[in-house]
Amino acid sequence: EEWSQGKALVRPPDQMELTEAELKEDITRILTANNPHAPQNIVRYSVKERSYKPINVVDQMAVHCVLEGSLVHQDSEEARKLRFDLRYKCLFVGFPQVNPIVDGGDVEETGDEDRPDSAVSRINKKEPKVTNQFNFSNRASQTLNNPMRDRICQTEPPPRSSFSATANQWEIYDAYVQELQKQEKNKEKQKGMHSQKDNGKSKKVMLMETQSEDVTKWTMASKILERTISQNTFDDIAQDFKYFEDASDEFREQEGTLLPLWKFQYDKAKTLSVTALCWNNKYQDLFAVGLGSYNFSRQGCGMLLFYSLKNPAFPEYIYPTSSGVMCLDIHAQHSHLVAVGFYDGCVAVYSLKEEGQEPVYKSTAKTGKHTDPVWQVRWQSDDMDNNHNFYSVSSDGRVVSWTLVKNELVFTDIIRLTLSGAVSEGTEGAQGGVSSGTSFDFHKQIDYMFLVGTEEGKIHKCSKTYSSQFLETYGAHSMAVDTVKWNYFHPKVFVSCSSDWTVKIWDHTINTPMFVFDLQAAVGDVAWSPYSSTVFAAVTTDGTVHVFDLSVNKYEAICQQLVVDKKKTKLTHVEFNPIHPVIIVGDDRGYVTSFKLSPNLRKKPKAKKGHELPKGPEVEVAKMEKLLSLLREPDQNSG
Amino acid sequence: MAGTGEGKKEEADYKRLHSFPLIRHTDMPEEMRVETMELCVTACEKYATNNESAAKMIKESMDKKFGSSWHVVIGEGFGFEVTHEVKNLLYMFFGGSLAVCVWKCS
Repeated sequence: EEWSQGKALVRPPDQMELTEAELKEDITRILTANNPHAPQNIVRYSVKERSYKPINVVDQMAVHCVLEGSLVHQDSEEARKLRFDLRYKCLFVGFPQVNPIVDGGDVEETGDEDRPDSAVSRINKKEPKVTNQFNFSNRASQTLNNPMRDRICQTEPPPRSSFSATANQWEIYDAYVQELQKQEKNKEKQKGMHSQKDNGKSKKVMLMETQSEDVTKWTMASKILERTISQNTFDDIAQDFKYFEDASDEFREQEGTLLPLWKFQYDKAKTLSVTALCWNNKYQDLFAVGLGSYNFSRQGCGMLLFYSLKNPAFPEYIYPTSSGVMCLDIHAQHSHLVAVGFYDGCVAVYSLKEEGQEPVYKSTAKTGKHTDPVWQVRWQSDDMDNNHNFYSVSSDGRVVSWTLVKNELVFTDIIRLTLSGAVSEGTEGAQGGVSSGTSFDFHKQIDYMFLVGTEEGKIHKCSKTYSSQFLETYGAHSMAVDTVKWNYFHPKVFVSCSSDWTVKIWDHTINTPMFVFDLQAAVGDVAWSPYSSTVFAAVTTDGTVHVFDLSVNKYEAICQQLVVDKKKTKLTHVEFNPIHPVIIVGDDRGYVTSFKLSPNLRKKPKAKKGHELPKGPEVEVAKMEKLLSLLREPDQNSG
Repeated sequence: MAGTGEGKKEEADYKRLHSFPLIRHTDMPEEMRVETMELCVTACEKYATNNESAAKMIKESMDKKFGSSWHVVIGEGFGFEVTHEVKNLLYMFFGGSLAVCVWKCS
């Protein structure tokens, strides 16, 4: 009943008041799908027709509510990914993060591209961001990278060295003591130095020395070089000198030959003649040549040359002299001392050790030089004060002894030669003429005895101690005696030669000569051989060398050889080398030629067993001498 | 007593006499040597009682002046064997009983 009673209409207060007629009116309402709010006359610009055109079809949809959903179709790609990630993330991450996404509504795939991106990007942080191709494009390029190169360098470390020492109290003390001593010495030296005044001089000397030192280094080397070159140049001669022995001597019974070896000449000495020759005892390849002139009218300067067999091209030492050299002698022991006699009567002593060209000692008019040419000088053994001394003989008739005392030459007249024989001043009245001595020689063993040959042809035997008298006089030659020489072995025998063409052999106890040889020309010089007492050589002015061996042939020379090219050359001197079988011969053109003696000339006397060699010939000579004295005839038995 | 007195006097004497700086061995150039010697003398006199400070002073000054890595030994009784850069070693005595060895080695 209640629902029926409810039919009474309740009128709201603001209802329109309408009449019943109006109330009964039927109003028709039509429902269409048209959106009443949609515009009905949209006009759009059409580019094609270039005008506005009304659009007939208008979108009638009205969206009232939009709800984004997150449902994903289970077969879609995304769903698979989600499922995978779900499993993956369930392990690590809690659920809340996952759920809301899974329960989400359907996702429109065509419309919004951003949302799947954001959803996915939230889930998969590890997946690379997939950028869309429209808004993003990758551009990449690579510049050229220069290739890398390694450069390394290592500097040299500074040089290192080790040092070690000990530092002790005693070491320190010792060092100080040493230092103090040194200082004291220096102080003393300085005091000494101040007193000397030749500091400047010493400096100069030092300079000179350093300069000459440089040169001297080269001189030795150049000397050796020169000698080797000489040897190469004269190689065949050197070979001959050493090894050549004349084989033909076997066929010649007695005769021998002289093989010419080197020829020594010096340019500047061309005009001079050889006036003296002497071998050096110590250096047997060195010999001295004195050059001067025998010509009375033509006297110029002279020269003293020293040659070595090792260098025949040029002299080793050259000493020019103001006056012609007439004689020279080399000291037997001190072979650097050379005594020289000059044409002007001076004597001088040269020392080969000294640098200069001047003699170490020279006699002057004050100091007793001879007034005439000095013909012979000879060294003697040192006197009691150990001073060197030598003797000289000259045309002024004096035999003088010169002693080298400190810086001077002190002379002592030994003997005066007079024509009559005795000596002291003013003894003989009428015959007080002075006889000129032309040569002398001292006995090898008996030191005080010596022989003097004179210009008159006499030979006097004198003694150093007896100045007033001659021990003996031999009337030897008719012309001046050029040379007298004692035999090296036999103490009694000596030889003399003269311009009267003869060579005579004497026994000094007998007044007459033992042997006389006529050589057909003036004999310039004669020399005994050092290896045999019976061999000697003589040179003549016709350029011939005669070699005699008395044990082989008593009458003739066993060798007579013309040795110089031109016959006009006169041979002036001859000397035997002390050890080599070589003789040197000087001539008046300034040449010195050397010869090798062939074996026949060098025959040593056959030694009887038990007999000493040097005495062998002596015995023979004695034999011959006895025979001579008995018969005064030459012995027919030849040794 | 007189003997010992004399002995002491002698000792003092020789210490006096021997107290000048004496270079025992060096291969330094002249200038460097003189400078170093004077530096050592100064340092030793300043720190007469303390070798370490003296050595420190010497070493630092040498480092500044001549380059790094100097080594200094001061003492009265020691032995040594060192490797040093060539031309950078000085070994000297001073004060009668002190020995100073200065060398450079980096």
